[in-house]
Amino acid sequence: MPVPAEFAQSTTAPAATIRASGLSRRFGTHTAVNGINLELRRGEVLGFLGPNGAGKTTTMQMLTGNLAPSAGSVSICGVDMLDMPVEAKMHIGYLPETPPLYRDMTVTEFLDLAARLHRVPGARRRAAVEKARERCGLSDVSRKLIGTLSKGYQQRVGIAQAIVHEPDVIILDEPTVGLDPNQIRDIRTLIRELGSAHSVILSTHILPEVEAICDRVQIMHHGKMVYTDTIAGLKLLHSGRTLLVGLHHAPAIDELRAALNKIAGVVETESAGENLFRVRVAADVDPTEGIVALAAERLWGLRQIGPAQTSLEDVFVNLTRNDTPQ
Amino acid sequence: MIFTIASKDLKSLFTSPIAWVVLTFVQIIVGYGFLKRFDDFLNVQPQLLQLPSPPGFTELVAAPTFSTAAAIMLFAVPLLAMRLIAEERRNQTMVLLTSAPISITDIVLGKFLAILGMLLIILSLISLMPLSLSTATQLDYRLIGSIFLGLTLTAAAFSAVSLYVSSLTTHPIVAALGAFGVLIAMVFMGENIGDNLQARGLGVLAAFVQIFSPVKNYEPLGRGLLDSYAIVCLLLLTALFLALTVRQLEARRLRG
Repeated sequence: MPVPAEFAQSTTAPAATIRASGLSRRFGTHTAVNGINLELRRGEVLGFLGPNGAGKTTTMQMLTGNLAPSAGSVSICGVDMLDMPVEAKMHIGYLPETPPLYRDMTVTEFLDLAARLHRVPGARRRAAVEKARERCGLSDVSRKLIGTLSKGYQQRVGIAQAIVHEPDVIILDEPTVGLDPNQIRDIRTLIRELGSAHSVILSTHILPEVEAICDRVQIMHHGKMVYTDTIAGLKLLHSGRTLLVGLHHAPAIDELRAALNKIAGVVETESAGENLFRVRVAADVDPTEGIVALAAERLWGLRQIGPAQTSLEDVFVNLTRNDTPQ
Repeated sequence: MIFTIASKDLKSLFTSPIAWVVLTFVQIIVGYGFLKRFDDFLNVQPQLLQLPSPPGFTELVAAPTFSTAAAIMLFAVPLLAMRLIAEERRNQTMVLLTSAPISITDIVLGKFLAILGMLLIILSLISLMPLSLSTATQLDYRLIGSIFLGLTLTAAAFSAVSLYVSSLTTHPIVAALGAFGVLIAMVFMGENIGDNLQARGLGVLAAFVQIFSPVKNYEPLGRGLLDSYAIVCLLLLTALFLALTVRQLEARRLRG
């Protein structure tokens, strides 16, 4: 399996905690995940988006060593998952879609077991369990049987289980499902907090959640990665407004930029595809009229002008609505 | 790591009612058999004394009691082992173990030790019955030791088979019935096919088939005969099915 160039170059970078390249998984003739590349650094929170059946869970199962990829490789903190699964798994905390909970154990018993399984040494185990319990707001129910807890609390136990051993990489499959709004806020704060020292991947359907807590977002569709951007870049996209301008007879980008910059309110012009330009505009002045007039005067053949994709939701819908991924 | 899983599963065996029901059931049946044989022994004791070399208490009461235990294990082990893997997969808790830094082999060995530990508890309780008479009569401790070794090895073989069947399905009951079926098939195989092959002069083949007849391998040990081939056969059967279980779980990771 040849390693893509961009990954080969950065192999020595110590900051990368997860590196997956060319990751594919087929089930019979169905390709669930198709050649995904992924890299995550320490201190980053990655949001994993996609419609149902896009391959998010399959990807997460492969990243955590629960499913063998058909092709490609995964390395966790520089340890190859296929060659040394046990060593690689030491760095991972994983909350699957269905939290793996033993219903006949108490919360404390269960977290202690999780800590044991992840080789937290005996001397540190008590403190580790206590810390995880506190972080997830489970102190009040620590002696209750997991089977008697509500769905929201069970979900929290699932998260506590994934972080009890302070792993470098935390992988959460829909962590806020079944929680009430207050709990969701708590968990988001927790994930943000975890994200400062660890790497976190989380999958979700809730788009504002991604905008609120993630540093980067990746959108999957039909087993492929169709969009990757930082949230900062995304925010930039819709903090100032952005116009999308389509021209039939577009001049060279430099010429266009020079011309448009003279119009009051235009901040920046960049190419956004063939004969398509993204124009960032200041928040207070609307240069639309000016651009239309200029385009008419210079015979650029203006065919479209309007606000560009303004939020993650727009990006998401645009990428995943039609069946042909971009 | 193996012991972490073993203690977890042993605890979970005791939190389910099945273990207690099976324990109770086994104690009642074996206890009744023991008392019945003990009673018979007391009745015939005067006649026995006239024989030149009379069989003792251990041979006439203890050994048959343990044989009953071996027969009961035939259905008790599948019942006790049925949840070990099937239910973990059904409740999707297996992911907790497979995501942790533990090899599949360690998971399987841990679960095997859990069920074996449970069976050793049962066997120890049964041993207490004849041992309770140690002050009243002369016990043949060597015979009891040989029988206990045989029972432990048989229990190990049954456990490995049951564990394997439990890895094939997500329904505990199906696992129990399946394992029971496989064990029964092995008993008949040991009785018939082995003898048949031996009669036709196919000694090597018969010796091979003997691996798959745990009850037949228990017999010499139950009589106090430390038959090394029988011991090897029981160990081989155990190892074979443990390896099959590991393979099965690995395949699940590959197939999805």
